[in-house]
Amino acid sequence: MALHPRAASVPAGTPTRITQGSKTRGGIGESTLRPDGTLKVTGEFAYSSDMWHEDMLWGHTLRSTVAHAEIRSIDIGEAVATPGVYAVLTYDDLPAEMKNYGLEIQDTPVLAHGKVRHHGEPVALVAADHPETARRAAAKIKIDYVELPLITDEASATAPDAILVHEGRTDHHIGHVPHPNIVHRQPIVRGDADAAAARADVIITGDYVFGMQDQAFLGPESGLAVPSEDGGVELYVATQWLHSDLRQIAPVLGLPEDKVRMTLSGVGGAFGGREDLSMQIHACLLALRTGKPVKMVYNRFESFFGHVHRHPAKLHYEHGATKDGKLTHMKCRIVLDGGAYASASPAVVGNASSLAVGPYVVEDVDIEAIALYSNNPPCGAMRGFGAVQACFAYEAQMDKLAAALDMDPVELRQLNAMEQGTLLPTGQPVDSPAPVAELLRRVKARPLPPEQQWLAADAGGSSVDVRALPGGLSNTTHGEGVVRGVGYAVGLKNVGFSEGFDDYSTARVRMEVINGEPVATVHTAMAEVGQGGVTVHAQIARTELGVSQVTIHPADTQVGSAGSTSASRQTYVTGGAVKNSCEAVREQVLEIGRRKFGTYHPAWATAELLLESGKVVTDGGEVLAPLADVLEGEAVDVELEWRHRPTEAFDLRTGQGNGHVQYSFAAHRAVVEVDTELGLVKVIELACAQDVGKALNPLSVVGQIQGGTTQGLGVAVMEEIIVDPRTAKVRNPSFTDYLIPTILDTPTIPVDVLELADDHAPYGLRGIGEAPTLSSTPAVLAAIRNATGLELNRTPVRPEHITGT
Amino acid sequence: MRVNFTVNGRKQEADDVWEGESLLYVLRERMGLPGSKNACEQGECGSCTVRLDGVPVCSCLVAAGQAEGREIVTVEGLADYARHRDDAHPGAGCAAGTCGTSLDRAKRWQARPTDAQGAEAAELSPIQQAFIDAGAVQCGFCTPGLLVAADELLETQPSPSDQDIREALSGNLCRCTGYEKILDAVRLAAARQEETVR
Repeated sequence: MALHPRAASVPAGTPTRITQGSKTRGGIGESTLRPDGTLKVTGEFAYSSDMWHEDMLWGHTLRSTVAHAEIRSIDIGEAVATPGVYAVLTYDDLPAEMKNYGLEIQDTPVLAHGKVRHHGEPVALVAADHPETARRAAAKIKIDYVELPLITDEASATAPDAILVHEGRTDHHIGHVPHPNIVHRQPIVRGDADAAAARADVIITGDYVFGMQDQAFLGPESGLAVPSEDGGVELYVATQWLHSDLRQIAPVLGLPEDKVRMTLSGVGGAFGGREDLSMQIHACLLALRTGKPVKMVYNRFESFFGHVHRHPAKLHYEHGATKDGKLTHMKCRIVLDGGAYASASPAVVGNASSLAVGPYVVEDVDIEAIALYSNNPPCGAMRGFGAVQACFAYEAQMDKLAAALDMDPVELRQLNAMEQGTLLPTGQPVDSPAPVAELLRRVKARPLPPEQQWLAADAGGSSVDVRALPGGLSNTTHGEGVVRGVGYAVGLKNVGFSEGFDDYSTARVRMEVINGEPVATVHTAMAEVGQGGVTVHAQIARTELGVSQVTIHPADTQVGSAGSTSASRQTYVTGGAVKNSCEAVREQVLEIGRRKFGTYHPAWATAELLLESGKVVTDGGEVLAPLADVLEGEAVDVELEWRHRPTEAFDLRTGQGNGHVQYSFAAHRAVVEVDTELGLVKVIELACAQDVGKALNPLSVVGQIQGGTTQGLGVAVMEEIIVDPRTAKVRNPSFTDYLIPTILDTPTIPVDVLELADDHAPYGLRGIGEAPTLSSTPAVLAAIRNATGLELNRTPVRPEHITGT
Repeated sequence: MRVNFTVNGRKQEADDVWEGESLLYVLRERMGLPGSKNACEQGECGSCTVRLDGVPVCSCLVAAGQAEGREIVTVEGLADYARHRDDAHPGAGCAAGTCGTSLDRAKRWQARPTDAQGAEAAELSPIQQAFIDAGAVQCGFCTPGLLVAADELLETQPSPSDQDIREALSGNLCRCTGYEKILDAVRLAAARQEETVR
């Protein structure tokens, strides 16, 4: 073999051919471990609430005790005079002309001015030398409220004499909504649902209620704002999208964006609840006012007021079918309660309407979705984003229809299942694999867990392990009155931001030689919220650049936007951006190689070249040069934006348009045992089958699916923010009263991962994070209905719904 | 008031502690040990679990004064505690102040660049390693409390059944994982422990 002269520097024993199995380890498709795992298990990982700065103050928010009121006066005198207090701020102290913020519509006041529109709205801020001092000083602020009539539902919102939640709206939705207390309305009309209904042998209708769910991420809203010498501020915060925060923060502070420098601190979960701002602006205001670093940490009570929740919904559905089970038509109306401020409500409406039919072929549809403004808590993004509520209803409808037709509910679903090429109600074709029937087949084919497992605890089978029964250690039953049920559901979720949103991401990738080793550094503004993006980015860099050493730079605003860690989009979009930038780096590295060594081997000019195991190799596996030699003394640094296929807005009258990027499918089978005497439910198993396109990290994929499944289980049987309809006040803002599943409430979750590549996506991958949250709720409900014979049209199911008491 | 106690084998004193301050606050904000987490601060989620004279407690529900003269183990001291588990006084090997997490180190809060393979050269306790290996860590906010609780379970019950694990960890909420991989991690640590004993 003709080796170039530099080959002399290749250490003895280095193979000159890459052999099978010598691929760079830790690339895509492997279950590489988290790079932050060690820090997280030793307690050293710095979450946003862990930050500390010498001489720092503690910030605290005073929040409204009423839901809808005019503010006559605010007296801060006593609070300001409290020893240890450095600043007390109200609306009057806001420094810039811009005093509101918002994701799409800037309708959310930084601090209430003139009136409050929901229980828990921020009214004043305090900075003090101890968190308790700040709390006590805030309690001394006197506010004179004059309460106003409440808007709490569709009837009160659209009544002829209804007070407007936001007077003088100027946002771009106001022109097409039927009432100013409706944030957005999206109809979707396709075919002729009335004519199709005439062909139906069976028509069934249903009314469904979906409760208000909370993201309940464990790490509270928190961060540290540090004033900087140039009059700007540095903000260390847990968020889902640094650049979106920045865009909203800077105008309110009256600062140019480059004077607000944001760095992502450790995020303790998000699930959509960190898309909106919480304490970001407040901490910056206090830091800029006092000239000192200010830390803010919500306690759990405040956290329930500090972020938006999942939209509660009322859904009316009508389905028709011929006697052989083919769907004829679907009509539905979905009313989402967006609460006092718009947040992501317009986009949630878009999702709920465009995905309202689910993963089924129905050519004639008549759909309407709206979101209300009300005096209830603001609602916005949460895992599943509008598709969850619809899935709950259409899956209940499928069971109801199957019963009316005397068909097997899974067969009915499979008979009508969407396939590749099926048109959505928006007219958009699903142009990637859509294995809906197959996913259902897989969960159904799985052997059922043994009956009465609580009896199997000892050899004789005579004793009972109450821990395995509904009610558990409360010892409420020994199995009498306990019945089993099985239920199925499947769902359809879009991936990425839809309706024409420029959903791009940016990645900077640098490659250089450090201590004789080629090292890649990946710098993005992607928020790692626990999903494992940092793991996957390193895997992509190893795959594309053939290096084993990859450093993930902390996420900050010193690099271009990565978009949001939501909508199941980050691995697709920022993963795509990392891949794209790596490819550009590879080209530049090869260019350097050609320049340095091209004359020594013809393959530099003629062969397809790869980077593999720290070397430049031909596609035939011949080694041309170690990367360390190619890069010696040079570094390649690339920052590029990357975009997926564009989408377009839905027509405001017909709902037609190619609005979505990609689709994600999951199916669940739930097995439950219900104590019919006490109304207690134990979920025994919640099996999932999901198509992930390509599992870049199988371990993380399964973890995401199990986590999403559990959040769906939570909303099925226990999770709900209860808002008093008479006062619009939140009644259960604590982990004592808002229940999320414990390890005792959560069953085994076997996961069957299907990998049918989407040719339009990087590596063929599909966004995975949300789909499992859709179908687990209706599957559990279906299983409880199967066990009890009850209709159960609301979530969560409470004991009184089962016992009828 | 002043509180004297032993944290991860080191004698510590905290000055100017308010009477209402929790042990959690003192650990996090005065000792520079933020490993114990502040997710609900009302004893519902278990994120702040530490061992107080060997017994797992929610440190948010312990008044700082109650810790006077007692021994605390936090997640930061878990690896060392595991190494000295059989000693009469857990963590005694650290009396010279050579182990545990130093104040300075714990206060270095900035996110650091992460290394390639995820396996940093750190000595971990078996349960810590198992959590990493099993994929039981996602956002990781519940992890410190779960580790302290699971470590205590394996100390008292080396071969727990699944129901035993579920019962022992039922006071620790996790919002990311769905718990399946946490179960895997505890099973893995138990299995590795059994192999070591044999």
